[in-house]
Amino acid sequence: MSDALLRVEDLRVEFKTRRGKALVLNGVDFEINAGETLCVVGESGCGKSMTALALLRLIPSPPGRISSGRVAFNGEDLVAASDERMREVRGNRISMIFQEPMTSLNPVFTVGEQIAESLRLHAGLDNAAAHARAIEMLQQVGIPAPERRVDEYPHQLSGGMRQRVMIAMALACRPDILIADEPTTALDVTVQAQIFDLLRELQREKGTAILLITHDMGAVAEMADRVMVMYAGRVIEQGTTEQVLSAPGHPYTQGLIACLPELGSSAADVRVELAEISGVVPSIWELGSGCAFRERCPRALPRCASEVPPMFGSGGHGTACWLHAETVAA
Amino acid sequence: MSDKPLVSVTDLKVHFPRAKSGWFGQPEVVKAVDGVSFDIARGTTLAVVGESGSGKTTAALAVMRLSLVSAGKIMLGDTELTALEGEDLRLARKRMQIIFQDPFSSLNPRERAGAAVRAPLDLMNVGTPAERTARVAELFTQVGLRPEQQHLFPHQFSGGQRQRINIARALATQPELVVCDEPVSALDIAIRAQILNLLARLQRELGLTYLFISHDMAVVENICDDIAVMYLGQIVERAPRKPFFTRPLHPYSVALMSAVPTVHGGRKRAAQRIKLSGDPPSPINPPPGCRFAGRCPVAEPACAAELPPLREVVPGHWVRCRRVELEGGVPRAPLQMPTD
Repeated sequence: MSDALLRVEDLRVEFKTRRGKALVLNGVDFEINAGETLCVVGESGCGKSMTALALLRLIPSPPGRISSGRVAFNGEDLVAASDERMREVRGNRISMIFQEPMTSLNPVFTVGEQIAESLRLHAGLDNAAAHARAIEMLQQVGIPAPERRVDEYPHQLSGGMRQRVMIAMALACRPDILIADEPTTALDVTVQAQIFDLLRELQREKGTAILLITHDMGAVAEMADRVMVMYAGRVIEQGTTEQVLSAPGHPYTQGLIACLPELGSSAADVRVELAEISGVVPSIWELGSGCAFRERCPRALPRCASEVPPMFGSGGHGTACWLHAETVAA
Repeated sequence: MSDKPLVSVTDLKVHFPRAKSGWFGQPEVVKAVDGVSFDIARGTTLAVVGESGSGKTTAALAVMRLSLVSAGKIMLGDTELTALEGEDLRLARKRMQIIFQDPFSSLNPRERAGAAVRAPLDLMNVGTPAERTARVAELFTQVGLRPEQQHLFPHQFSGGQRQRINIARALATQPELVVCDEPVSALDIAIRAQILNLLARLQRELGLTYLFISHDMAVVENICDDIAVMYLGQIVERAPRKPFFTRPLHPYSVALMSAVPTVHGGRKRAAQRIKLSGDPPSPINPPPGCRFAGRCPVAEPACAAELPPLREVVPGHWVRCRRVELEGGVPRAPLQMPTD
């Protein structure tokens, strides 16, 4: 077990607000092995992006801070690392692609300069070598005529191409881990398919581990080796893609899968209503004690209101729900 | 219910002129919508799908006369919307309303929710002021909000609730046509189902007619009665729900369907997917032949030469592809959906 590439233990992140301390990540544990894809799923505000930012120590501070926990990357604790060391890690060993390819590129530099920057900084290449390598990267991510595109500015590229540039930037230094925060939500489905194919292909070639943040269960089915479902700052279920999608244990995961409109609904002549998860995610101030999902849960027990359920389960499939307490005891 | 459609659009064109390029250059024209025709029967939903830039939103805005209309005729019942101007047009807007995509930017942050829903009633002089107050409370209940929530500001609501306010505002003047411009794509998955079910219920109860714009095929299959697929300003396929989803005919529709990741399809589906290379061409000077020919996996040289017409291959099923053939009365798609 100790050979995981990245192991996160009991990660807590809090933000100082006028109403007091808000705990946005509350004891997150997970690990990523080399070459695998871990998907993080959940509604907005459940802590998916915060987890990604915490790994790279990019949480705006103040008001936020990592209040406890460990992020062991190849055995080295990144929470305790110096700022200088973090600069060496970011964009080099662990890199990130963001949701909005429109706003995360700098409009006043050519895409080539933006890719070359991390190569000069981390790999110590000179300008000419970095430029040549940038062209090579653009070619790898499937941009036609890379020699010409390398000197273009972001506004000259389409959304799909910009996301490819982001991927080229992130992969330029051959990182061990690529964090992709909803990389395709701003893109069309046919372009999304191209980007997913590209990520899978690059992963096969380079053995990069991918942490993919998404809210699209279809994308999870297609990309993930393992899945982690988050709710209100905690991991509530994790397991292999097969385990979580075919036999979801947590009522929230079950609801997320059931409420998804799937292709093929017109085969039945009667139109069926979609299943709903009633209500909304509680705000951080309404969590109280107990399970955060209890107000929306169709199968809540009295115990759910008072005690936070720990992770139950075995064989790599864990569910933080009291409904599973007996299966473990038995 | 009569046979006459509520909405009838004939050869709609929206062409935006651009600035001249250079001193002697020809002014360029962006053909955002280029010859679109469709009907929507009363009480049904027509879904318009397509990628960004395909002109689906522009077409819908033009139907509501919220965008320039370069050519074509738009009928709403017996009213020719394209012939209306000024005050007549303003009054006709009572009969058509729109729900926008982004529930965050489509509400005024300084206006209370109740005032936003009441505004159309005041502007259109519907009923007495006391009746309007009662109507706002009724609308709130109808969309699943509590009447006392009228006094809150938009920031005090969640995304899904804000979309409910938008729906209430759209329904205030009792419109016949409601344009839904990607009403759920900005919402969380768990909330999407709530809003889609709400829209379906309101349609049943109030007999609403929807023009539903989306790029999500699974959502569309769930809600529509008819579907139109747009590519680069033109409709490439138009059909009732069931024939379309059981047997899409145009290669673009097939590619679009196969690109949707599904929970049950997983990696197998991804491996069999029809891959489209490149991006759609620019709507300025679109290619002369079939606009999809450059990306189409089954294109022939003849496809790029001449623009194929939108033809009715079987009753109700229209497709703009010269390679769709009839085999014993059944249309055969040139590109087959991969089988799971």
